[in-house]
Amino acid sequence: MKDFIIPFDERDMGTPSRTGAPVSLTIDGISVSVPEGSSVMRAAAEAGIKVPKLCATDSVEAFGSCRLCVVEIEGRRGTPASCTTPVAPGMVVRTQNDRLRKLRRGVMELYISDHPLDCLTCAANGDCELQDMAGAVGLRDVRYEAPQSGGLASHFTARDNSGQANPQWIPKDESNPYFTYDPSKCIVCSRCVRACEEVQGTFALTIEGRGFDSRVSFGAKSDNALASDCVSCGACVQVCPTATLQEKSMIELGTPTRSVVTTCAYCGVGCSFKAELNGDQLVRMVPWKHGKANRGHSCVKGRFAYGYAHHPERILKPMIRERITDPWREVEWDEAIGFAATRLRALQEKHGRKSVGVITSSRCTNEETYLVQKLARAVFGNNNTDTCARVCHSPTGYGLGQTFGTSAGTQDFDSVEHTDVAIIIGANPTDGHPVFASRLKKRLRTGARLIVIDPRRIDLVRSAHVEAAHHLPLRPGTNVAVLSALAHVIVTEGLVDEAFIRERCDYDEYLAYAEFISDPRHSPEATEALTGVKAADLRAAARLFASGGNGAIYYGLGVTEHSQGSTTVMAIANLAMLTGNIGRPGVGVNPLRGQNNVQGACDMGSFPHELPGYRHVKNSEVREIYERLWGVSIDPEPGLRIPNMLDAAVDGSFKGLYCQGEDILQSDPDTKHVAAGLAAMECVIVHDLFLNETANYAHVFLPGSTFLEKDGTFTNAERRINRVRRVMAPLNGFGDWEITQMLANAMGARWHYTHPAQIMEEIAATTPSFAGVDYALLEEKGSVQWPCNDSAPEGTPLMHVDGFMRGKGRLMITEYVPTDERTGPRFPLLLTTGRILSQYNVGAQTRRTANVVWHQEDVLEIHPHDAETRGINEGDWVKIASRSGETALRAHLTDRVSPGVVYTTFHHPDTQANVVTTDFSDWATNCPEYKVTAVQVSLSNGPSDWQEEYADLAARARRIMPAAE
Amino acid sequence: MSPEKMVHMANQIATFFRSQRGDDQAERVAAHLRDYWEPRMREQLKEYVAKGGEQLDALVIEASRQL
Ligand code: SF4
Ligand code: SF4
Ligand code: SF4
Ligand code: FES
Repeated sequence: MKDFIIPFDERDMGTPSRTGAPVSLTIDGISVSVPEGSSVMRAAAEAGIKVPKLCATDSVEAFGSCRLCVVEIEGRRGTPASCTTPVAPGMVVRTQNDRLRKLRRGVMELYISDHPLDCLTCAANGDCELQDMAGAVGLRDVRYEAPQSGGLASHFTARDNSGQANPQWIPKDESNPYFTYDPSKCIVCSRCVRACEEVQGTFALTIEGRGFDSRVSFGAKSDNALASDCVSCGACVQVCPTATLQEKSMIELGTPTRSVVTTCAYCGVGCSFKAELNGDQLVRMVPWKHGKANRGHSCVKGRFAYGYAHHPERILKPMIRERITDPWREVEWDEAIGFAATRLRALQEKHGRKSVGVITSSRCTNEETYLVQKLARAVFGNNNTDTCARVCHSPTGYGLGQTFGTSAGTQDFDSVEHTDVAIIIGANPTDGHPVFASRLKKRLRTGARLIVIDPRRIDLVRSAHVEAAHHLPLRPGTNVAVLSALAHVIVTEGLVDEAFIRERCDYDEYLAYAEFISDPRHSPEATEALTGVKAADLRAAARLFASGGNGAIYYGLGVTEHSQGSTTVMAIANLAMLTGNIGRPGVGVNPLRGQNNVQGACDMGSFPHELPGYRHVKNSEVREIYERLWGVSIDPEPGLRIPNMLDAAVDGSFKGLYCQGEDILQSDPDTKHVAAGLAAMECVIVHDLFLNETANYAHVFLPGSTFLEKDGTFTNAERRINRVRRVMAPLNGFGDWEITQMLANAMGARWHYTHPAQIMEEIAATTPSFAGVDYALLEEKGSVQWPCNDSAPEGTPLMHVDGFMRGKGRLMITEYVPTDERTGPRFPLLLTTGRILSQYNVGAQTRRTANVVWHQEDVLEIHPHDAETRGINEGDWVKIASRSGETALRAHLTDRVSPGVVYTTFHHPDTQANVVTTDFSDWATNCPEYKVTAVQVSLSNGPSDWQEEYADLAARARRIMPAAE
Repeated sequence: MSPEKMVHMANQIATFFRSQRGDDQAERVAAHLRDYWEPRMREQLKEYVAKGGEQLDALVIEASRQL
């Protein structure tokens, strides 16, 4: 395997970049020109001169505490620190002479005198800036020594020379599962504190004490890192110049020797990482500073939670069984593929071409997803292909398609740096999209304002140095009413951007819309009783959004997963158009995608009605493109969506399913219905890393590969196509694209892809918005945002700049329709669901990492009033019941949820939160209504009968018979 | 699919298009059903209408004639 040669400048430039008019100066006789506001240190780095430094690094603002970076500037007295001195025109700087060398040695001598000299056995050996600087300044001896009698203190010995305990010594903190804090090695440069503030925005670290007593602290209220506010993003570890904050994996495995740039496989932010390795042993994942989505930052999942790749429960051998009540039998690949192919073909012969289908994964690469839908369309001969995006963002596709003409976020993540007012609706970025949240918080701290529309008081409403201007705590299910009320205020108070509407939108549609929305029934006063949002707050929020400058809307599954999900997306698009917030940096409509490749899975034609690039199968010109290439005829009728497949299975007309990388039993609503559908099928093929819940109903298990083991691309929430690169050989033997190809060929196809790059070539050749994409371009640019074609050869960071994809933007009438899921005497509370930072989706991966220390089980958040009337105390087992089913979990009392609303996550299969969710769904797309379920909560003794029965069934279904010798 | 579920889904679609402008709502419901409902589902709907279409929104019944 060839390493990816990084064509990007990886040097630490010392201080952050600036944008400003160029300023010219001379450093050590070299002239250089840099943007105004840059530091002398950065200018020197630009000129290729490394000024020694300890406390400065280019991801945080300079602090000027170590004084190692001193320089001389002609005409100025003294020796200023180059990291805190801005450049000036005509400046003449010297970075090296005897005086500076002497000063620097003195500084280093002081640092080293209070530092243990155990470099040879230190985990940072070879990766320590203190070592490097000692070398760079030519430090040759240290003259300070502790007297035999004791007395002179250091920070690094447990006892002083007289044998007395050293009060300055603090033992190593190993409480965080992924990194250690060893105070004896700390040089108090404060880089970590600044990173936690500026980059992550958590403010978990402080410097306590002064002078010799000053120490880094995880906050007064906790005595260790794990108990503190720390969210384990790793930013502090990244900047620490010494071994003080150090990855445990480095301590265990040694310094890495090579690196490969790749993309995180968790959430839709799509952070770029350098996978650092020794041979094929992954030592650590380090966020890549040239990653355009994350700009060098990361969260706990991508940075640390990759251990599942080697988890003992991972299945590496294919398995089959006649019946789902049999134990699994390990077989060779040939046999498993042959078994699957024969069964599927037999089912098609007996029950018709349309009796089988596929589910593609938004966790797999674009290339893999493309092949799976191709399997359905070209080999099965039907359009029965769907993706788990059905259950999260399908309304985004419909809603934005109707209003703007294409299904995609309009901006890149950098855009948030230009936002003045952000609306966050139905999303919880600090947990779901942490790196985006950090970037948003950074902008909020410099003055942007925030409107949160969410039933729950999410962290962004109030956290360290960030406070929302307005929190509109609506009742679950009333999104459309709230958004319409916002639009009502904007239209009736004359806050509409008329010029934008006239130029960019269909004016007749606008007039009709304006008439509709001006009706008093949409006013905040009229809807207050329904939505629970105070009219005055809502009016103030509307005024702020319409007149506060660049307005951007970010939304998540709290918008889409409703009966009116598609209508809500249209209402969001309306709001952006009314206020002219489309087509420039800082504005736009931004769906925050759940899984890493939701955008890609949708782009690649996973939906049963659309070929790649969002083109309906009814269009014969589009079908012809593929028919010619694939040599088959394509069904012009839409296929079954996931819920329809399950219904058809129960009805007996759908018999076989190939399910790649999805756990529909755990993630889809109304678990009992899903289970009944799966149980009615005669061939269920699960292609995954682990025996997931769906596999309990499977006849064939094909072991999958992790993102570390294959090549491909992911497309993140900003339409950015990022490369995934093979870091190590697949433990299961094959990349997932190869496995799909084997199955296709066993069913008579003649595919012969030898590398995913060839699949991308086929995608580019058939899909106009991808026409310009190829691996060579991605190698050169790092990433591109589609559309990428002749008119945008380097991709498209901002969409709809001069006109909408569909021509004129279309304002849609968005009448509020209450969901039929209503509370009543039997089910008086509304359940809504979400996720938390350390776990991801159904948790299959994160539950198999040390991330479980932060979240061992799902809990039910309930308001103290609702708890009190039910006699529920903190930590009690409670039963939660809906008309679909019941489950039990522990209660957590909190006023983050309003009275009448309860909340839980769905990361653990034992909880089975989806036993309770119902089969109601979005009117246009069948996206399930996860976010609103009427429930009752009562005390219980422990797990429900269903949970116990299911646990029993799951244990039986997971039995594996070892292969015969 | 259970008839109740089908009726619920079809009525939801009708509710949306009824709120839209114009006098082609039934056509738009029919177009939506053609674009997104698999033929088996449309068949089930037509059969259900033929048997009386109980509980179905009038718009759905009108639309089903155009399928
Ligand atoms: S922990 Fe590391 S980054 Fe933080 S002050 Fe100490 S040496 Fe500097
Ligand atoms: S890991 Fe992140 S949150 Fe925790 S202290 Fe370091 S920078 Fe702060
Ligand atoms: S989970 Fe999301 S935010 Fe975290 S590292 Fe991965 S892509 Fe970035
Ligand atoms: S690097 Fe400039 S003072 Fe530390």
